[in-house]
Amino acid sequence: MTREPRAVTLRAVRKCFGDVTAVADVTLEIHAGELMVLVGPSGCGKSTLLRLIAGLEEPDGGEVWIGDHPVADVEPRDRDVAMVFQSYALYPHMTVARNLGFGLSVRGAGRTEIEARVGEVAASLRLGELLGRRPGQLSGGQQQRVALGRAMVRDPGVFLFDEPLSNLDAALRLQTRDEIAALHRRLGTTMIFVTHDQVEALSLGQRVAVMDRGRVQQVGTPHEVYRRPANLFVAGFVGSPPINRLALTRDRRGRLAGGPFTFPGPSTHREATLGVRPEDLTAAPGSSAAPPGPVGAPPEFTAAVLRVESLGSEQRVHLDGPGEAGWVARAGPTLRVAAGMKVSVRVAWERTHLFAPDGRRLGRAPRPGGAPPS
Amino acid sequence: MSLLVVACLVMAAPFGWMAATSLMGQLEVFGPGQLLPESPLWSNYPEALTAQPFARFFLNSLIFAAVVVAGQVATATTAGYAFARCDFPGRDNLFLLFLATMMVPAVIVLIPRFLMIEALGWIDTYQGLVSTELVSVWGIFLMRQYFRTLPRELEDAARVDGAGHWRIFRSVALPLAKPAVATLTLFAFIDAWKNFLWPLLVTRSMEMRVVEVGIAAFHSTYQINWPFQMAAGVVATLPIALLFLLTQRYFVRGIQLEGIR
Repeated sequence: MTREPRAVTLRAVRKCFGDVTAVADVTLEIHAGELMVLVGPSGCGKSTLLRLIAGLEEPDGGEVWIGDHPVADVEPRDRDVAMVFQSYALYPHMTVARNLGFGLSVRGAGRTEIEARVGEVAASLRLGELLGRRPGQLSGGQQQRVALGRAMVRDPGVFLFDEPLSNLDAALRLQTRDEIAALHRRLGTTMIFVTHDQVEALSLGQRVAVMDRGRVQQVGTPHEVYRRPANLFVAGFVGSPPINRLALTRDRRGRLAGGPFTFPGPSTHREATLGVRPEDLTAAPGSSAAPPGPVGAPPEFTAAVLRVESLGSEQRVHLDGPGEAGWVARAGPTLRVAAGMKVSVRVAWERTHLFAPDGRRLGRAPRPGGAPPS
Repeated sequence: MSLLVVACLVMAAPFGWMAATSLMGQLEVFGPGQLLPESPLWSNYPEALTAQPFARFFLNSLIFAAVVVAGQVATATTAGYAFARCDFPGRDNLFLLFLATMMVPAVIVLIPRFLMIEALGWIDTYQGLVSTELVSVWGIFLMRQYFRTLPRELEDAARVDGAGHWRIFRSVALPLAKPAVATLTLFAFIDAWKNFLWPLLVTRSMEMRVVEVGIAAFHSTYQINWPFQMAAGVVATLPIALLFLLTQRYFVRGIQLEGIR
């Protein structure tokens, strides 16, 4: 039943609104049948990119290809795409059945065909009971399913989702996210999903494109984006709590140093930033005892606990160090620490990141050498 | 509150006076301080309405108002949608030009309109009566403003669903603009119903006269028969009053939008 999925290719696509550049020379390839998530902060251009693919905006430069054809002169109706909008954009004066069937009716499908297809999609989304209702009589979750159904009914080659979960409560959001993932597995269609929620992006996407200020900062699997961020922006945007940072400067002997750390070897960079994920820190009570760990190495620094967030399965320990940075360590639920206590902290250096002054990732930080300054 | 009551009384007084006068004798009207009839003359009504072919006048008014409403709704909704949602070169300047015509008092263009209709040979015809009334700039403005308030995403959704401008207008925008269309219908009907000057100018025969012109004719034909004129006036006001009672909320919305004008 499902049509052949289509690849979507963007080549140096640019879009400006007046003096504001919403999308700046974006080149991106979305494979046929792939679930690609575009993620970034508000105003980064991700929704504009989706609208450019849908044909709702015209690019000021570059090319959009859907399948094997450029679509510059192709109307939205002929692009073989369906879109789910953030506000759902259901036609308020039409019943659910008419909302679902509108696209088919516009394309001249017969009544029998429309009814059959609407019935089929309604059954798969548990909308059968609601077909006679209007959108205003539905809950947010039901409206979301109708919007999804309206996209499915036409059996498009590409699905476009523009933050479709942002109006749902947390529980429903999680459930709908799973439903979309299941839908992708079932249909095997190309899906492009826009969100500002990095957790949503990592959990849903086969690949993730992180965007900022109109540019794609990194494209990769969720693991790659999280574990090997291309730059400081990606490192900071992806992950919650965000990556811990420490500003480093080159000392007289050419070594990068900051807070309690001095890294070996002469550095070509005058400045750099150290990035450490909260789960790559191991905190233990006390300032002298070595924290539990596989190596049993001495702790890299000690810090005072500012506050502890207990989330049930884990704790987030807010520290007043190293230096003036103020880091957050992720700890298991059994760690007994409280605000005001001193803790010793060890860093998993093999999973750290060093960023150049322009934000580019240089690699992992070497294990600091020499005694920490007292 | 009391201020509102006073304002209501001031507004209602002319209607009350009209109704009272319609039940007086011809000489009683001129009695000093005479506000209410001593014994209501209900016979004024059938006599006034048969003194002239009022049935025909009402029919003409109804045809005139209905065609004007249909024309204005058709032109205002389509033009309003185009000005609100279609991109074409010079759109905003053209719209400003339309708005500028609202600054010109209607009476200024009365003679040119008459000359045009005369040149077409349409004097004393229905097409002459209605043709220059089919477009309302205020109606276009009203509809444009309303269409602009509709969520853009609805149209985007319809475009992705496969609809072009015409289908979006017909299936999405127009059904959602019902409140504005109702307001426009109401105002266009009232404007046409109470239109006096243009029908007076462009019609000549009794067969083509409308109610308003018929009412005015009591002056010349019967040497200012105030009770008859007021009786016909009361009957002519009834459709408007009834319409108002049925559609008050659209009236209020219209007045709000009128404020923009």
